[in-house]
Amino acid sequence: MILVLVEHADGRPDGLSLEALAFAGRLASDDGQPVEAVLLGAGARTGAAGLGGHGVTTAHVGEDERLTDYAPAAWAAALAQLVASRSPSTVVAAGSTRGSEVLAHVGARLELPVAANCIDATPGERFGVVRQRWGGSLLEDAWLDAPVKLLTVAPHALPPVEPAAGKSAPAIEPFEPQIDDLDLRVRMTRRVEAAGGATSLADAKVVVGGGRGVGGPEGFGILEELAGLLGGAVGVSRVATSAGWRPHADQIGQTGLRIAPDLYIACGISGAIQHIVGCKAAKRILVINKDADAPIMARASYAVIGDLHAIVPAISAEIRRVSGRENRSATT
Amino acid sequence: MNILVCVKRVPATGGTIVLTADQRAIDTRYLGFTVSPHEECAVEEAVRLVEQHGGSSTVLTLGPAEAEEQLRDAMAIGIDRAILLETDRSDWDPMATAAAIVDAVRDAEAAGEPFDLLLFGNEAADSGGYQVGIRVATALRRPVLTGVKGIETRDGMVVARRDGAGGASEEYDIALPAVLAVREGINLPRYPSVPGRLRARKKEIERRAPERRPGGPELVRLRVPQERETATEILGSGPEAAPRVVELLQQLGVLGR
Repeated sequence: MILVLVEHADGRPDGLSLEALAFAGRLASDDGQPVEAVLLGAGARTGAAGLGGHGVTTAHVGEDERLTDYAPAAWAAALAQLVASRSPSTVVAAGSTRGSEVLAHVGARLELPVAANCIDATPGERFGVVRQRWGGSLLEDAWLDAPVKLLTVAPHALPPVEPAAGKSAPAIEPFEPQIDDLDLRVRMTRRVEAAGGATSLADAKVVVGGGRGVGGPEGFGILEELAGLLGGAVGVSRVATSAGWRPHADQIGQTGLRIAPDLYIACGISGAIQHIVGCKAAKRILVINKDADAPIMARASYAVIGDLHAIVPAISAEIRRVSGRENRSATT
Repeated sequence: MNILVCVKRVPATGGTIVLTADQRAIDTRYLGFTVSPHEECAVEEAVRLVEQHGGSSTVLTLGPAEAEEQLRDAMAIGIDRAILLETDRSDWDPMATAAAIVDAVRDAEAAGEPFDLLLFGNEAADSGGYQVGIRVATALRRPVLTGVKGIETRDGMVVARRDGAGGASEEYDIALPAVLAVREGINLPRYPSVPGRLRARKKEIERRAPERRPGGPELVRLRVPQERETATEILGSGPEAAPRVVELLQQLGVLGR
């Protein structure tokens, strides 16, 4: 049996957890195992009800109120309990912040190895995994030798699987997690909601990125202008954040944000692998760079060669000119 | 405060990755070395906390003899002491790494002061296992939180902040001694000064031979993922390309209407 940790909020399973379920489903079909889920905290039962189409036969729900505020060690204790009572061959979690954290706790408690950010797993005489290094720029083939295999699934690394129609909801099995006070030493005390406002970089359909070529904080004005005209957001490479030109929240990269806009306009960015990790999910990339051989060109659908300080304002001016002409003709 | 921060020597990769002939490592002949951005910030955070509260800081790494460079980089921005757990150049898995760090922490604390805080980067830049800090904390029976973007100290405890879903912030009140794995963005690391580098060069590094425990996962080989190279359409050079770019933006439907 393959046991999958399913995170949930507002009665719905989390997207990355659904990806983890799809991964578990593929693994399970390799040797005919059932897939079961575990959901913790308030709303677990509601979250579980929607999982039938995702290949889950049984959902273990631990709705203990002590689990409602996220506490990684307590979640891990509940998972470890199920491992002992249900003997799964494999435990799978999303490679999300919480999934990675909880599974690492399980591995630490049970003294078992954890393969993080897997994109493939092959059961057999030895259990093989393919996992990501360098945020996905490099792959590792490894053996995971353990009585119970623990692995997390690399986010957005695999194509999504449509939920199967007409499948019944999983059998719900409530359980009582045995939690120690020690497991509750680290528990979310407060949640502070975000202030609303400008287009979130993570969700923007168009992103204008700036790197070393921008030259300094003042240089971003022209990028902001272009982003504004396109209803998009400005992001930066690590060069800009390390130099203190822009806040880390604007950073696109392996240690920053991973974005998936329809169009990414990369200005003065050479394309270090860590930055590519952050922007490779963009549908299309337009590169503006003086260097026609910059590494980022390998990912570029389109390019303009030259100085961004001249090119970007020219694009903005042309956008204004074309919109102005269209506005005029619309009124006649 | 007495703080230990752990770092890992990794190659400073550029635009591509080239592997060694046996495909078990990155070919580093033409590369410099660094630590992960998360760890740079962990080192800076340790220095700041000691500046704020007094006490001392130690940087530790498990790695080859050359990892001394990364220890000296940390001391150059103000870390007081350094410990090298010297290995052969092989890849140590997260369980073995954590066990060796636990040994070193226990030895250091037996010989001197207990650490109020053990700081790690959220994940190593290369192997990205997301687990060493948690394994160390579990063995030492200390509370641990990862993904930390802000640390505020209060009497005998810290309030650790990290990003939650939907742009919200999550806060955790954690009693000391504790273990925290931090993310880049918690602070902006300072550049080392020349006097800082000179002082660091003169400092003794405590060297130990770590015991290697079995663990996993076991590396078979590395490979560079096959990505199809995208065919690049050059739209033009210089500002004269602007009309062609705007035509493209219209075709792509991003010129809002």
